[in-house]
Amino acid sequence: MNAVSDPLLLGAVRRVGATTLFLGQVLARIGPALARPGLIVRQIYNAGARSLVIIILSGMFVGMVLGLLGFDVFQRFGSEDYVGVLAALGNLKVLGPVLTALLFAGRAGTSLTSEIGLMKSTEQLTAMQMMAVDPVRYVVVPRFLGGFIAMPLLTATFTVIALFGAQLIGVQQMGVDSGAYWSQTQNAVHLHDVWEGVVKSLVFGVAVSLVAVYEGYHSEPTPEGVGLATTRTVVISSVLVLVLNYLLTAAFLTTK
Amino acid sequence: MRYAIGGRAIFDGLDVTARRGRITAFMGPSGTGKTTLLKLITGQAYAERGSVRVFGTEVATLSSRDLFAMRRRMGMLFQNGALLTDLDVYENVAFPLRAHTDLPESLVRHLVLTKLHSVGLRGAARLMPAELSGGMARRVALARAIVMDPDILIYDEPFVGLDPISMGVICRLIKQMNEALGITSIVVSHDVHELATIAHDSFLLSEGRVVASGTPDELNHSDIPAVRQFMGGLADGPVPFHFPASDYRSELLDGEEASR
Repeated sequence: MNAVSDPLLLGAVRRVGATTLFLGQVLARIGPALARPGLIVRQIYNAGARSLVIIILSGMFVGMVLGLLGFDVFQRFGSEDYVGVLAALGNLKVLGPVLTALLFAGRAGTSLTSEIGLMKSTEQLTAMQMMAVDPVRYVVVPRFLGGFIAMPLLTATFTVIALFGAQLIGVQQMGVDSGAYWSQTQNAVHLHDVWEGVVKSLVFGVAVSLVAVYEGYHSEPTPEGVGLATTRTVVISSVLVLVLNYLLTAAFLTTK
Repeated sequence: MRYAIGGRAIFDGLDVTARRGRITAFMGPSGTGKTTLLKLITGQAYAERGSVRVFGTEVATLSSRDLFAMRRRMGMLFQNGALLTDLDVYENVAFPLRAHTDLPESLVRHLVLTKLHSVGLRGAARLMPAELSGGMARRVALARAIVMDPDILIYDEPFVGLDPISMGVICRLIKQMNEALGITSIVVSHDVHELATIAHDSFLLSEGRVVASGTPDELNHSDIPAVRQFMGGLADGPVPFHFPASDYRSELLDGEEASR
């Protein structure tokens, strides 16, 4: 079969192209949208502050599981002191950014998509156009920026809470020496590792927010269409985050 | 003018004019493309052939900047109001002012409250759209549509789903806006009796063409069968009750054969 005539592949390529063009539209309007910081602050609150509870809860339990797992594995080699290293590197480099992005897609991404989709289906976006107001600038860009700014902040929160959870199990419960735990961690973690997490959270912020606003803005203006768009947001952004995570991890390993 | 979606012509050979300072009504059964006509007027869609002119300029030739400039001179009332659900009534009406002008807050407040007062909803300024009834939402949308002092007001099915009192109120407001502000009004609707009380000129559309035009009174006394059917609300006439289908008897009998 000729690859170009494959409708599935063609659809996927077309979607990537359309999303990229949409990103261009969004980026071109960031300047004018900054003239109304109030709109952006509100979206940071909606996407960020309202996701805090789920991020804190998840971070705590992920950290605690890392503590348990790390202790179980390392004690077999008599090197329990390394629990902190596993928890710190695992969280900073991979789990913090990835899990935050996945949770964010489910919590904030879906609400962005359905909100924009519903605004479209109730003709609010058309009404804006009729009032000579550009809906991309007023509706899409503030939401995109809100998500983009919230993501690194949420990732940082997740990571700090997870580190706390890991030491809670490793040091407090399993009795690893606190001094050894932290000094091993300090020796193993470099600025390069922190950067990896920061860069990932920024990239995931763009990816998840872009997919969410794109799907909302291009949803069919019907109840079914908005539902499908919301589902697509979760599916596409989750897969995208995992793929990007692999690529970025590989890239950071080679630049070490 | 011709306009087609997916090869199916919505309009073919349509020729209508709405005159300055008057209320022009476009009537017709559901699905005749009345809303599509509004999209063509406002530049949300473009005619395949022919021309659509607003304020004397061809809509299709406008750049997006000029199109937005043209739309600032138009107000549009959507079927369900299309209020922005995350803003309260006051902010909804203030929205076009904030987007297009740098007026001081005191002046914005003054304008918003006078427009809300003119639709009788000054007291509802701090309510959210979800707290409004259908009729109230449409009145707020009307206040929003006139806040920039447009030259043309477009009403898309302003009476749909309203109780008789709200209908009367909207009717009166349409008339008032036209008389007091001299706004050219275009009303698209299938509520024949409401339109008859306010419209200066009316066009009856069917199957992409104008079937009849004139004052509402002239249409009421028309001899054309399609006009009589529509104005009188009759099930039988040139517009068939049945959607085109295969032969009734053979379809039923075929089904029986197949299930045997």
